[in-house]
Amino acid sequence: MESRNTQLAVGLFVIIGILALLFLGLRAANTSAVTSGETYRLYAKFDNIGGLKERSPVKVGGVVVGRVSRITLSGEYYEPLVEMTISATYNKFPDTSSVSILTSGLLGEQYIGLNPGFIDETVEMLQDGDQIYDTKSALVLEDLIGQFLFSQGND
Amino acid sequence: MLDRIAALGRVTLDTVAGAGAALLMLLKALIGKPNVRKSWPLLMQQMYAVGVLSLIIIVVSGLFIGMVLGLQGYNILVDFGAEQSLGPMVALSLLRELGPVVTALLFAGRAGSSLTAEIGLMKATEQLSSLEMMGVDPLRRVIAPRFWAGFYSMPLLALVFSAVGIFGGYLVGVRWLGVDEGAFWSVMQANVEWGQDIVNGIIKSLVFAFVVTWIALHKGYSCTPTSVGISRATTSTVVTASLAVLGLDFVLTALMFG
Amino acid sequence: MQTASHVPSQSSSPCADDEALVVIDSIDFAHGFGAHQVYRGLSMRIPKGKITAVMGPSGIGKTTLLRLIGAQLRPQQGKITFAGVDIHALGRTELYDVRKRMSMLFQSGALFTDMTVYDNVAFPLREHTELPESMIDTIVKLKLEAVGLRGARHLMPAELSGGMARRAALARAIALDPELVMYDEPFAGQDPISMGVIVKLIKELNQSLGVTSIVVTHDVAEVMTIADYVYIIANKTVVGHGTPAELKRSSNPLIHQFLHGEADGPVPFHYAAPSLADDLLGAQHAR
Repeated sequence: MESRNTQLAVGLFVIIGILALLFLGLRAANTSAVTSGETYRLYAKFDNIGGLKERSPVKVGGVVVGRVSRITLSGEYYEPLVEMTISATYNKFPDTSSVSILTSGLLGEQYIGLNPGFIDETVEMLQDGDQIYDTKSALVLEDLIGQFLFSQGND
Repeated sequence: MLDRIAALGRVTLDTVAGAGAALLMLLKALIGKPNVRKSWPLLMQQMYAVGVLSLIIIVVSGLFIGMVLGLQGYNILVDFGAEQSLGPMVALSLLRELGPVVTALLFAGRAGSSLTAEIGLMKATEQLSSLEMMGVDPLRRVIAPRFWAGFYSMPLLALVFSAVGIFGGYLVGVRWLGVDEGAFWSVMQANVEWGQDIVNGIIKSLVFAFVVTWIALHKGYSCTPTSVGISRATTSTVVTASLAVLGLDFVLTALMFG
Repeated sequence: MQTASHVPSQSSSPCADDEALVVIDSIDFAHGFGAHQVYRGLSMRIPKGKITAVMGPSGIGKTTLLRLIGAQLRPQQGKITFAGVDIHALGRTELYDVRKRMSMLFQSGALFTDMTVYDNVAFPLREHTELPESMIDTIVKLKLEAVGLRGARHLMPAELSGGMARRAALARAIALDPELVMYDEPFAGQDPISMGVIVKLIKELNQSLGVTSIVVTHDVAEVMTIADYVYIIANKTVVGHGTPAELKRSSNPLIHQFLHGEADGPVPFHYAAPSLADDLLGAQHAR
């Protein structure tokens, strides 16, 4: 009888542990896990990536569709090349799409905003390994201030 | 000078011999075909002693630590107008660090010390010898079920700790200080990753469970079977296990999030 | 320095006609990497089905001897055989199998404190046999009846007196009907009545079941009444052996000292030390 109560208590303990795991998994974490299912990769070259990091989100209209998986310097002029891993659910981006590095809020982290382009019969869809050529770099505050002062000087 | 070097040598030899003995104890206890019919009730008994009885201290400390995180985090974040980030701050601190680490420290104090004392006392009262003479291997019968119980219990306790802690942060942040409830959870969800944060936290607590239980069992098994010996072994369990947990936490954090 | 050469001549080949269950062949043993020598060239034969007493002054390492026989300790030299098998040459599994055939009554009883008396006695049965619970119940009750504790079977060890704990431990020790039972100081710290009970139990077990018994003790009077053969250990080795009657007639001064409890004699009253004068004067010189 005593051992039965012990088993009951241990069983409850394990259930509580699993409930905690479920709570953490479903309530606290992002389990729609964009990058955990089938994915494909896209590339984009920027002049300046600002504060973009690996694992920064890639968003379409604010919805996360993928993550930055690698940042390297490539080519003759050492331009930053960003590899993005995009969920295979969203595989119909035309090659006229553009990407820009944006900031969430004034002090928030930087992410890549993907703007799907127009579609007509001459436009092909982006495939695994394709590059997006229409890119807009990160805004760097110092550059902005410099431009502002320069334009002031011209007046 | 030579004496000093000799002393260093002796300490080194003792340490190596101790580590070797500890490893041997664990291997002898765990290797071999398990007898499910006999070891199941023993495991249950130990899961109860080690896991269920530690639940209260874990829940209470988790709640309070989560509440403190909520309060402190709010006061810091509100200056930057970033109190919406309270959710991820609380959740990430708990899942990545505080959950596994504080659980391991509490576990070392609550369950580790009692494991050491229990086994030390069994040794002092010749119960271990008597098992051996009865043809029952005390490593299999006494050490192994306690090891597995500790190894399985601690990750569960760490999960409970993190979950309760997040709830504590929610109580203070949302219910008391008025952070927007939707933002609290959604920003948390946007920033907490299943693989990166939760799974890594579980891996950490598995490592800590292994180390803390092992240290506790070995200290008890190798203690001098006198009252002074047992009291020293118990203290040594808590100190060694806590230091090991903190040191390993740095290494693991560097590997996982570095 | 007394050595084995003082052994009474009339018993120089002890029980040569009996079959020996345990043979100890000139073992050397030291604790802690030779720091503390316990035995040097110790030999014994424990005849099957008899009660053999091992006596000697306190602190002579009698418990160590039992642990050596049970292979919990390993001698540096020499070998010990149990039923013809060198127990220190056995692997772990075989050793644990051999140990099922022997059992040991510890000085403290060493009952498992988290179980009732009943479960303590049932423990070796549940652990080593596949008997149904009803059969185990019968055996446990019989064993407890034999030591007179059938009524105390629901008590926890902490609720037992010292003498009762030792009897409960004895019931557990004989639960598997072992061939060899080793008693470690069974009489120490017992009141005269429980001492008498234990003496009677050892005797009965030996006679009714033919259990080979080794009784390690320094209680001369009790053990001389039941032992078939006696070994006296001192100065790291056997200093005398024979039947109780032989030993009583012995002219060996050491045996005489021990059996009659004289304070000083061949076994020195003092722990080995330089002479007092040297020690005190030496200390002053050092200062």
